[in-house]
Amino acid sequence: MNVPTMADMMAQGKQPEVLFWVGAAGSYDDRAKKISRAFVKILHQANVDFAVLGTEESSTGDAAKRAGNEFLFQMQAMMNIEVLNGYEVKKIVTCDPHSFNTLKNEYPGLGGKYEVFHHTQFIQNLIAEGRLKIDDTTLKGKRVTFHDPCYLGRANEVYESPRELIKRLGVNLTEMKRNKSTALCCGAGGAQMFKDAEKGDKEINVLRTEDALETKPNIIATGCPYCNTMMTDGIKFKEKEAEVEVKDIAELIAEANKL
Amino acid sequence: MQYLPNILFALALVLGVGFFVMNIRKLSRNIKLGKDVNRTDNKPERLKNMIKIALGQSKMVKRPLSGVLHIIVYVGFIIINIEVLEIIIDGLFGTHRVFRGFLGDGFYGFLIGFFEILAALVFIAVVVFWLRRNISNIKRFLTKEMKGWPKKDGNNILYFEMVLMTLFLVMNATDFHFQQAAIGNPISQFITPLFDGFSLETIHTIERSAWWIHILGILVFLNYLYYSKHLHILLAFPNTYYANLKPKGQFTNLESVTNEVKLMMDPDADPYAAPPEGEEEAIPEKFGASDVTDLNWVQLMNAYTCTECGRCTSSCPANLTGKELSPRKIMMDTRDRLEEVGRNIDANKGTFVDDGKQLLNDYISPEELWACTSCNACVEECPVNIDPLSIIMDMRRYLVMEESAAPQELNMMMTNIENNGAPWQYNQQDRLNWANEE
Ligand code: SF4
Ligand code: SF4
Repeated sequence: MNVPTMADMMAQGKQPEVLFWVGAAGSYDDRAKKISRAFVKILHQANVDFAVLGTEESSTGDAAKRAGNEFLFQMQAMMNIEVLNGYEVKKIVTCDPHSFNTLKNEYPGLGGKYEVFHHTQFIQNLIAEGRLKIDDTTLKGKRVTFHDPCYLGRANEVYESPRELIKRLGVNLTEMKRNKSTALCCGAGGAQMFKDAEKGDKEINVLRTEDALETKPNIIATGCPYCNTMMTDGIKFKEKEAEVEVKDIAELIAEANKL
Repeated sequence: MQYLPNILFALALVLGVGFFVMNIRKLSRNIKLGKDVNRTDNKPERLKNMIKIALGQSKMVKRPLSGVLHIIVYVGFIIINIEVLEIIIDGLFGTHRVFRGFLGDGFYGFLIGFFEILAALVFIAVVVFWLRRNISNIKRFLTKEMKGWPKKDGNNILYFEMVLMTLFLVMNATDFHFQQAAIGNPISQFITPLFDGFSLETIHTIERSAWWIHILGILVFLNYLYYSKHLHILLAFPNTYYANLKPKGQFTNLESVTNEVKLMMDPDADPYAAPPEGEEEAIPEKFGASDVTDLNWVQLMNAYTCTECGRCTSSCPANLTGKELSPRKIMMDTRDRLEEVGRNIDANKGTFVDDGKQLLNDYISPEELWACTSCNACVEECPVNIDPLSIIMDMRRYLVMEESAAPQELNMMMTNIENNGAPWQYNQQDRLNWANEE
């Protein structure tokens, strides 16, 4: 798969249209890597001139910051900003709402000012510009419910772009009882992904999966690699893997367009 | 002797208002114990929020039943205050229903009639509130932090309102002259028959007593505010005005940390250099919050504004799954501790004397703090724009940066970020491998 790096681009004296910030999950996690690849396929189909940082990318520091380690966060941020500014990056797109939030809201105060898009927003723009079409026949008739990631939804009030894209797939979008601003967290945010939950009587991802299952979906659509993992685990816990799939919106679009 | 009631009334008024003002000053002093934070930007937006959320109750109606009942009590409270104005004038000058002559029988009758209907509606709303709180099993009224005083406080407010509304109606019902005028007593006319057999004198005494208890009750209620979650009727306004306007996901970049990190990353900085003149004595900055004085004044005002409604807690994923964390409790603990610090300052002639306690551990446990997913559901849900998450985050910062007391797994995650640039133990050189798999 052709994924150019900023260093390659620079060597050729080129400046890409947008930087794809892959994020740690998108780079290393087996499930999330599929989302990264699906998104790159979409970028290719739309002829987007993009690049990644590759080995020059490092953790945004989001998890460290939410865990309370402001030192580590700012060190990561300043290192990343140095690299990004070195390449004169203006526009960034990412599939990870945590990176999205941090790059968009917390980096400017430390000297990193960029135009940052979540991949659902970016894809929506591609469609609006006539650069991409979504085939609405492949997935026709499927019941899809969308789980709002906290860091995309409540944190940044992006509720519509993912829904617009899902509607374009020609599927039936059904809402969970808790949706948009009242959506329930998948349980991964605030660095919870990296530790066991505190003592309680249930796991948060199981409760959220129950919300989703109430809508009797064929597919649970996500827009965040961490949500994806949490919901996938929830479905396994409920032993519903045979009936329900958990897919990122980028994967659904790649599938619909047979990429 | 003829002026005795007027003098007594004036005295009660001065005492009641005076005591209230004294407490409000204490309140403002306590809030100012917090660190400074600038919330004076973007005034039009702030004003708009205040009008929409505090005055317009826009977030209350998201839960329709309690929202509508609340609006009745709220509107009733504000409008019936016009009647209180009349009471005060009557009390001070010995007049009787001074507005009647002033506004004319027709309009005055309409006004009082309107008040009576409102009073009856408020009474009904308050009774429903009481039933919800005490009879129906609504989970958010039954959690741990709602035992004891918080529960009593909630009920006290309801009793106060019931009694005040009843007194208002009884006062009208026993006002013989007013009844005779037949100009507007749609509700109290049904109460009058209760006093049918009574002598005119007794009825007059009842009317006077109702009048006096009503106004004294209002003064007591005014002073009760400071000790109660009911303080929100005042603080909801500044609280929504000064609320955070930034995206909810945007956490502050601690400036003190920025300075240190810049120094650390600057190859020209000499770590052994003597601090510049005049800075030797500077107290090293404390990172994060372990006590209320480490929080900022908006967070402290938040604590005083909290109505303990529990909307935050009932939407908190950690709480919903049985974890110790309750954002409402975070706010209540902050207020309790702040009050304790305030009392300490009062007892020690204006300075705080270490009492060996702090917000962390003595009130809020690390277990609560670590259960938060930073999902912002509590912030979104709060009808008066309180931000419990910001307190949780500041306390986590203290735990991690001052005490290195993060859970073991988080320490591993942070070590990985430091060494490999990712929360997992992968080699940074493998960061692009995903592109060539499949
Ligand atoms: S931000 Fe934390 S405290 Fe607030 S609702 Fe989410 S998990 Fe609960
Ligand atoms: S913080 Fe807000 S939502 Fe939570 S109990 Fe207090 S007033 Fe209610």
